[in-house]
Amino acid sequence: MRTGGASKRHLSQRTAFSMLIAATTIAVLPALAIVIQIVISGADAISLEFLTEAPSQAGKAGGILPAIVGTFYLMLGTIILALPLGVMAGICLTEYARENWFTRAINLAIVNLAGVPSIIYGLFGLGVFVLLFHFGMSLLSASLTLACQALAMTVTTSREAILAVPKQYREGSLAVGATRWQTTRHLVLPQALPGIITGAVLAMSRAAGETAPILVVGAAFLLPGLPQSPFDQFMALPYHLYTVAAHVPGMPKSTMWGVALVLLVVVLSFNVLATIIRVRARQRRYSS
Amino acid sequence: MLRQRIRATTAEASLKERLRRRRRSGEKLIESWVFLAGILTIAVLLGIIVLLLKEGLPAFWYTPPWEFFFGTKWYPVSEPPTFGVTSFFVATLWVTLVATAISVPIGVACAAYLAEVAPVKVRETVKPIIEILAGIPSVVMGFIGLTLLSPLVQSAFDLNTGLSGLTAGIMLSLMSLPIIISVSEDALRAVPDDFREASYALGATKWETIRHVCIPGALSGITAAVMLGVGRAIGETMTVLMVAGGALAVPVSPTDPMMPMTAAIASGIGNAVRGGLQYQALFAIGLILFILTLAVNLIADRVLERQKRKFAR
Repeated sequence: MRTGGASKRHLSQRTAFSMLIAATTIAVLPALAIVIQIVISGADAISLEFLTEAPSQAGKAGGILPAIVGTFYLMLGTIILALPLGVMAGICLTEYARENWFTRAINLAIVNLAGVPSIIYGLFGLGVFVLLFHFGMSLLSASLTLACQALAMTVTTSREAILAVPKQYREGSLAVGATRWQTTRHLVLPQALPGIITGAVLAMSRAAGETAPILVVGAAFLLPGLPQSPFDQFMALPYHLYTVAAHVPGMPKSTMWGVALVLLVVVLSFNVLATIIRVRARQRRYSS
Repeated sequence: MLRQRIRATTAEASLKERLRRRRRSGEKLIESWVFLAGILTIAVLLGIIVLLLKEGLPAFWYTPPWEFFFGTKWYPVSEPPTFGVTSFFVATLWVTLVATAISVPIGVACAAYLAEVAPVKVRETVKPIIEILAGIPSVVMGFIGLTLLSPLVQSAFDLNTGLSGLTAGIMLSLMSLPIIISVSEDALRAVPDDFREASYALGATKWETIRHVCIPGALSGITAAVMLGVGRAIGETMTVLMVAGGALAVPVSPTDPMMPMTAAIASGIGNAVRGGLQYQALFAIGLILFILTLAVNLIADRVLERQKRKFAR
């Protein structure tokens, strides 16, 4: 009787666990399938010409170089604007401001900024940078817009990285007469650097894949050359993929998959880079 | 004699003080930059709110709120134009419902498996794959939905077009899975081991412990995970723009082609005249979207804070 009950309970445990495993499989398989499918289908399109030439015949022939370059410019512009601000705000939250209404307001702002849909950032960029500041539909407007979006992430990762630096470091430094800024600059920041860079690389990866904001603030579908100044219009990989996939009839399948592959490689390689930095920093910390 | 010494020490003190002041004046500058950066993060959020209000609210002067929210006709270029956003609302609702219905059970089950059951090796293989899923850009998900999923949905449900709320919802469920899994897993891990041990000591099996101890203990964290997933689904733009079908009629079934709020903004803003009626109406939709996601995120944040405090000692 008792053993019967126990075996029944174990049977229900086994059923339950196999369902959990099934759920995990369902979560994992599509990710693998998507990546593998893109790699297989996209590989056909990849050639030297595809990567190094400008598009021709409405994107149906030629390459996607301007889109690749545009995306790198965007990532660069975004991080140049968002990283210093993010680190400064992170320092402000951890080293300078006490727990008061000001830090609470910043933290609240970050939490909410992180949840604002990307299309809203697009509207913000359109209203403020394109129209109010008269930057027009340009690389600059798009970088500023994406930087606003990345800000929440760079502040959060900087804050966490700085908080992880042990308190004793600061106390020791302050005790020998260093000022707060000297302590921050020479002790805390170097210690927090790997964490900050990890966050920055992730933010760049996200900026590379972001489509909705640049759709609103002015990515171009076809441009003959590369942007020459921040006030020029630009092409970008995600917007190019959107247009070739959804808007150009008769687009060769392989071109679409090729663009998707290049975009995926850019985005995921930055993700991997972030992971490597994180793991390296952790190893160094344990070994020292 | 004594007076001299006093004078000497005060001179020394004032010199030190002056040096310190000079050092401090440079630092003051940097410190003010630090605070400026903090202020700027607040300013961005406030800027978004002010802009949405400034551009969006005038839409209600032209279309009274009642007609705006419950009107079913969105004819921005007819004469006179009418702006009713019911169909966008309903579309967002359908898409979010489908996404949540799929991603919540799978995500929570996956989190329970990873946190409580899975061997370390399995966990360390599965987690990076979930991270990859989180890293795939939304436009790529839209592309996959367009090329791979929509033909499947079309033939499975015998539809005129595979571009439907259902297709978009399925793609969105994949996109909210990572956040649901990671937040739920963290919540499950935060349940102290004492609880599990007490449960085992009472003779419960591992599954009974998960089911009756761990999941109830982590419930607020799991709730927050679900809310964050919902927030993600509501705000996602590219995928629904490419996959949901873009029809303007009020969708009555998830298999209808539809146009969620985000897609309506993204597809309309390019043609809208700056400051015109359609422009304002689109900003008004943005305002509503912003309030929705803000509420969802604030609640999720509160719930997470409470969960954190629950087992803190």
